[in-house]
Amino acid sequence: MSAATVAPGVPGRRAVRVGPVSAVWRPRAVLVPAVLAVVALLLAAVDVGRGDYPIGVLDVLRIVLGGGGQADRFVVVELRLPRALTALLVGAALGMSGAILQSVARNPLASPDLLGITAGASVGAVALIVLGGGVLGGALALVGLPLAALLGGLLTATAMYLLAWRRGVDGFRLVLVGIALAALLTSSTSYLLIVADITQAAQATVWLTGSLNGRGWEHVVPVLLAVGGSALLALTGGATLSALRLGEDSARALGVRLQAGQAALLAIAVLLASVAVAAAGPLAFVALIAPQVALRLVRSAGPPVFAGGLVGAVLVVGGDVVARTVLPVELPVGIVTAAVGAPYLLSLLARRTRRLDA
Amino acid sequence: MTALADGARAGRLVARDLTLGYGDRVVVEHLDLDVVDRGITAVIGPNGCGKSTLLRALGRLLRPQGGEVLLDGRRIDRLPTREVARTLGMLPQTPVAPEGLTVADLVARGRHPHQAWFRQWSRDDEAVVAEAMTWTGVLDLADRPVDALSGGQRQRAWIAMALAQGTDLLLLDEPTTHLDLAHAVDVLDLVDQLHHDRGRTVVMVLHDLSLAARYADHLVAMRDGRIVAQGPPREVITPELLSEVFGLSAAVLPDPVSDGVLVVPIGTRHSRWAATPSGGAP
Ligand SMILES: Nc1ncnc2c1ncn2[C@@H]1O[C@H](COP(=O)(O)OP(=O)(O)O)[C@@H](O)[C@H]1O
Ligand SMILES: [Mg+2]
Repeated sequence: MSAATVAPGVPGRRAVRVGPVSAVWRPRAVLVPAVLAVVALLLAAVDVGRGDYPIGVLDVLRIVLGGGGQADRFVVVELRLPRALTALLVGAALGMSGAILQSVARNPLASPDLLGITAGASVGAVALIVLGGGVLGGALALVGLPLAALLGGLLTATAMYLLAWRRGVDGFRLVLVGIALAALLTSSTSYLLIVADITQAAQATVWLTGSLNGRGWEHVVPVLLAVGGSALLALTGGATLSALRLGEDSARALGVRLQAGQAALLAIAVLLASVAVAAAGPLAFVALIAPQVALRLVRSAGPPVFAGGLVGAVLVVGGDVVARTVLPVELPVGIVTAAVGAPYLLSLLARRTRRLDA
Repeated sequence: MTALADGARAGRLVARDLTLGYGDRVVVEHLDLDVVDRGITAVIGPNGCGKSTLLRALGRLLRPQGGEVLLDGRRIDRLPTREVARTLGMLPQTPVAPEGLTVADLVARGRHPHQAWFRQWSRDDEAVVAEAMTWTGVLDLADRPVDALSGGQRQRAWIAMALAQGTDLLLLDEPTTHLDLAHAVDVLDLVDQLHHDRGRTVVMVLHDLSLAARYADHLVAMRDGRIVAQGPPREVITPELLSEVFGLSAAVLPDPVSDGVLVVPIGTRHSRWAATPSGGAP
């Protein structure tokens, strides 16, 4: 196309170009994630240092990078690091999952918790704990629980897909169907807890609160794979997500393969949420808040996926530090995230209602 | 009335025997349309007669229940959607931008079909976007959030986005709604320029009949999902047609500043002419 004689440039969109690669330079989209990453890592170091045998943050960093004695290394790398890493990755998975769902549904209420995906994963896991009961040995629980949660999440998503899909996703319909499904699934979980015997019910209840206790490397790996893979896909699908935020008609007019694109993004979001729930239980509200906090920090036009993941990581690791520090008894991290998240959800709803009234 | 007889060279965008609807509700039935290449086609008709539905089908946003839409002789729903997006741009009737999206970012989204994940802002992209923004007069608004603009400014930003797509064919659904008369004329002059200087093909839905008559080469008048008349504006816009299509009794006068016509509604009380059904003489 013939460019204007004096190419005027576009205010607010400075280019970064290297060979065939080009992007818009957005300082906040780079700086905010960088700062968040540092904060998350520092919090993780604090988290690793907590325990009966406290270790300073600097020592933790030194040991992780290869220093320290053998005993220290064992405590840090074998015993404590997996827990902190699980926290980081679970937070990232939830944050990314929420950001993708909110973007596709064009609704800040869309999150794996409110849409019932988390509840579905919970039913799967609780059913295994309660019904599998006595037969369930240690190793089997280790593999079986995540698988059951994953299965529950995916089945729920499939049901949602069948109920809410009308040649594309209508955000409002998705949220309504999701809330109904979540209610149904939560009552199923309650039923399972009632019929369970007391030890199993207690075990299931702890899991349901969302806990990072006793997490080992075997919990880290699946979440790492899911988060890494999804991050790559989100990177290549970022432009599609941006176009989807303009609404279905505009996205399609711009050449987005709407159904395939939406389905792929939803599948990634469900996988991320299910894997996270499988690793740490249904941590409440993280997926709901993280993308919205990230949105305000980055000031982007829609929940940012990467920054959302990083805020999620900060929330969960920070929550774990608080859960293990502030009160004399060690609490499950899910209680802390819920304590932060519930008021946020209320404020979000209040603001929405006011806007509708206006 | 149409220039195209059967078998004559078909236009680039053609609808054949289209039946359109939503679920069980049929809105448009057995509609044929040859969009005039390198012309401006205006679609007119009362609210709810299926104009947007037709435009959405032409832009493959709505799958036909019957019949087909052909783009360059091939079924549009069988072409790769990205390829279509480089040839055919579409501005839906009520587009909604996400909160906080700036005008520059909105217009830049128009480059989507030309981009890859690693190529998000090439020199070409930048030049085309800057040009589209200059043309539509939104360059000064570049940093403003779209949701904080006036209706007219917003409309121009969306049109800039459609222009940035750089397509030969452009479908605009009510591009002048929400605009005051001066801005409406600005936008239509812009469309006119696109057509004259660049040879673009434009199909647009317009509500103002006098403006439609002035700016379009070809008018398509619809009612209840059917095309009632089509052809050059002066042949289509007659008191009889206005009465048939819109149930409007109006005088049709020659436009003093162009070759077009003026539509002057008669109404019930203010007119010095009696409200006779076939009102005006030239
Ligand atoms: N998404 C939809 N679902 C169901 N019916 C629709 C939908 N969109 C439009 N319609 C119906 O189709 C008819 C034609 O609508 P439309 O094409 O928007 O008319 P126009 O653009 O001419 O005002 C109307 O009766 C309208 O109610
Ligand atoms: Mg319409």
